[in-house]
Amino acid sequence: MNALPCTIYISFLGALLALGAGMRSAATARVVALLTALTSCTVTFYAASQFVPGPGLQTLIDKPWIPQMGIHYHLAADGISLTLIVLTGLAAVSGILFSWNIEERAGEFFALYLALIGGVYGVFLSADAFTLFVFYEIAIVPKYFLIANWGSTKREYGAMKLVLYSFAGSALVLAGLLWAYAAGGAHSFGLGELAQAAAHFSRHEQLGMFALVFLGFAVLAGLFPFHTWAPTGHVAAPTAASMLLAGVVMKLGAYGCLRVAMATFPVGLAFWSPLIAWLAIIGIVYAGLVALVQQDFKFVIGYSSVSHMGFVLLGLAAANATAVSGAVLQMFSHGVIAGLLFAVVGRMVYERTHTRQLADLRTMPLHRLMPFAAMTFVLAGLASMGMPGFSGFPAELTILIGAWKTSPKWALFAAVGVLIAAAFTLRVMQVSFFGTTEGTKPGSIPAHHLDHPMAPITWAERAGALLLIAAMVYVGLKPDILLNWITPALQSPLFQTALKGGAS
Amino acid sequence: MNPNYLQLFRALRPETSLILGALAALGLDLVVVKRHTLEERLRLSLWIGAIAIAAAMAHVWLGQRGSVFGGVLMLDKLAVATRLGALALALLTLGMVRGARALRHPAEYVAIILFATIGFTLMAAAQQLLVVFLALELASLSLYILAGIDKTRPESSEAALKYFLFGGMSAAFLLFGFSLIYGLTGSIELGEISRQLAVQHVSPLLVVALVMILVAFGFKAAAAPFQLWAPDVYEGAPPASAALIASASKLAGLVLFTRLLWNGLGATSGNVVTADGTPGWLPMLAIISGASMLLGNLGALAQNNVRRLLAYSAISHAGNLLLGVIAVGQGRNVWPVFFYAATYGLATVGAFGVVGAIDRANPGGCRSLSDLAGLYRRSPLLAGCLAVFVLSLAGIPPLAGFFGKFAVFAAAFRLGGVSGPAGWLALLAIAMSAVALYYYLLILKQALVAKPAEPVQPIAVPGVTVIALIAAAALLVVLGVWPSLLLDFL
Repeated sequence: MNALPCTIYISFLGALLALGAGMRSAATARVVALLTALTSCTVTFYAASQFVPGPGLQTLIDKPWIPQMGIHYHLAADGISLTLIVLTGLAAVSGILFSWNIEERAGEFFALYLALIGGVYGVFLSADAFTLFVFYEIAIVPKYFLIANWGSTKREYGAMKLVLYSFAGSALVLAGLLWAYAAGGAHSFGLGELAQAAAHFSRHEQLGMFALVFLGFAVLAGLFPFHTWAPTGHVAAPTAASMLLAGVVMKLGAYGCLRVAMATFPVGLAFWSPLIAWLAIIGIVYAGLVALVQQDFKFVIGYSSVSHMGFVLLGLAAANATAVSGAVLQMFSHGVIAGLLFAVVGRMVYERTHTRQLADLRTMPLHRLMPFAAMTFVLAGLASMGMPGFSGFPAELTILIGAWKTSPKWALFAAVGVLIAAAFTLRVMQVSFFGTTEGTKPGSIPAHHLDHPMAPITWAERAGALLLIAAMVYVGLKPDILLNWITPALQSPLFQTALKGGAS
Repeated sequence: MNPNYLQLFRALRPETSLILGALAALGLDLVVVKRHTLEERLRLSLWIGAIAIAAAMAHVWLGQRGSVFGGVLMLDKLAVATRLGALALALLTLGMVRGARALRHPAEYVAIILFATIGFTLMAAAQQLLVVFLALELASLSLYILAGIDKTRPESSEAALKYFLFGGMSAAFLLFGFSLIYGLTGSIELGEISRQLAVQHVSPLLVVALVMILVAFGFKAAAAPFQLWAPDVYEGAPPASAALIASASKLAGLVLFTRLLWNGLGATSGNVVTADGTPGWLPMLAIISGASMLLGNLGALAQNNVRRLLAYSAISHAGNLLLGVIAVGQGRNVWPVFFYAATYGLATVGAFGVVGAIDRANPGGCRSLSDLAGLYRRSPLLAGCLAVFVLSLAGIPPLAGFFGKFAVFAAAFRLGGVSGPAGWLALLAIAMSAVALYYYLLILKQALVAKPAEPVQPIAVPGVTVIALIAAAALLVVLGVWPSLLLDFL
């Protein structure tokens, strides 16, 4: 466990090394980046194997940082953060495997990528609101350069929009945190201390602070109507960045909502949760319907991410132990599934066909041309639809059960979202991979596709995909392994206050 | 009062070494002027200047503390920190001079930078209205010349004239305000003024005096609505002069006015914790601050010229700095605003250093944002340093600009939460920081994303400037990660 903070330092150090290695050659930078990600991933798995689930955060390091303001460099972990750290480790490794074809300015690419990963590890490990905020902001700027430099469709627009939304969200968080800090006597930014101080705040203060902090984080989690950065940003981003954005960075927002806003301001949560739940449901259904009519393959996946993140927010808003543990499980599950889907679309398909228009893809028998991609997409699509046996199923089911406990209406409307998700996933699967199956014989493949045989799927892509599929199936068959970490963490006094306040 | 000239001389040893340095630079230049090239003369003058500033820093560090010469100067921790900060920023400016386009009068340039620096070090410690005014004018007059020293470019003369006219006007306002204060209290000592004002009612005359002083402060800080000179001066002046105007001059001016307002006129501060309409300078300062944030940030969005963009960013930072002055409060919690001003100065000096280096390399100078295009190919060092400076200005952790903002906003919230003007102003500042990121990213988009024009022309940067740039960037990172290094000192 105590080695977990090393993941942060390893990532930042690896970023510097990759930057230096990039001056020699792209291949060196790649290897350095992969080794860095593998090292920190190994550290997280080792820590996970040593982890003893229990209520409350287990402090890893706690040192005075800026004593003049009562700020501590306090890192800690519990089952929830551990779940997300493991996800980050997986996503980081597979993202690098899927960016193996980056040649231009590779050193800078991997340096920014690893800096982003370092910030993400930092957020998940922070137990001090200042520390958390610092890591949260560190994770913002690399996204801009990753997308603007190495992205595709309207990349500069998408990058700027994404970064400004994230930064505006973090400005709200900053305002809320500083308000709480000042109102609490300006002693400490520790999450526990803030929550203790918040118990004495007036109702109006709690409502205001919760609204600022929750909304600020929820922007990054894709809360309707502040989700519009997500599809454009995901589409514009290079594959590894889309995987990371949808897979991990959106979870930063949801994690912040849970760890900071909900745990600190339970009165605010109780007041605002119906509104959040309805916005989440609107997001689930609306984004699903929009995904149904997209013509760009990647936009379908982009909107599906918003829809699936709606489930996370719904689980949080339902504010009971079942729903919240489902939300955390969904964060993990969606992180893996979205990573896979973006990898197939952005790397396997787009890099070879150079089109993402469904109308063009329909004419190509992709299931023959790249069976591995088709197989991966079908598996990820099934998981995304919530088929039993994959991680999406236990996650969404737990959320729906939890939401039903709070309000059956929410569960019913959200269940409609599951159906829509099945519809758009099946549609895009059919159109893009099995478009011209009817009557196709080996000889009837249009000649122009055979003139330029597509590059075979590389070992890096296979390894990355298999890693994520394994995680997806393993958690789908054995969700207990994560739930056994998450459920005890929700027994901590902080979460108990929040979850009771929300349920009553 | 028993004048102790020996003590005064000891206290002014930093200033003495600066004067000696300036004279040495001028004198030696006269000796070598015939036989050496412009570049060699510049190098010689810069070395002399750097040694003089280093000597001054050593004197400040080792010199005496406390009240000097019957309270004319106060060498407390704040004064010592400000003197060191202003000297360090001036030293970095000298490094930037080397990298920018060479001027025809190198020795004079360095000497006047040193004279301006004397003004800054005196401003940091002044406790008496006369010394305040003299120090301010010494610095200002030097800066007017620095702005106009490039006689080959008409923009430089234009900048100097604008700066001089606005500056002269604001100095007249300040002097008028001082004379009214003297008439009301019968003293020019800040301590005595504060004692006298504490027992007086707020008279219309006093309000006039306060307005006059705030006008001068607003000018010095480039705050709206006294900001008109800033874009033209930043654009027209040689980059190193603009760097000095934007950094050391701001830091010293800010500390000077913070002292003047809180220590001298604290009794008439009024109230911004709640909006109860108590007259005083705090509400006025709050209005100036809010106007600067709005005008600076929104104005910057429309800029296409790097230097004008930096000027508008300076106006918006002036708004935050004034918020920091407001947040000093009765508790004399001066370190947030000092930290902000010092780290802002570092980032600005660096940014102008980079602009100066590009200005020298490009035939057309460094005007529009697209002149930065492809900087990452032309000079990875400049591009990397520029990223650090600009992101620090934008307030992105782990750079020092972030913690400065954070501390100032926290101090503002501590005055009274979000229930009063101070809190609203802090909320506005936080909202505006999201706006600001947009134009800062526009700079970085050109420098780090846009492709350079073919064929790629690398930019050669002199070693001294490289050291200065790296030192500024490293300080921003170190102070951002360990702000306590600076805070422990105060």
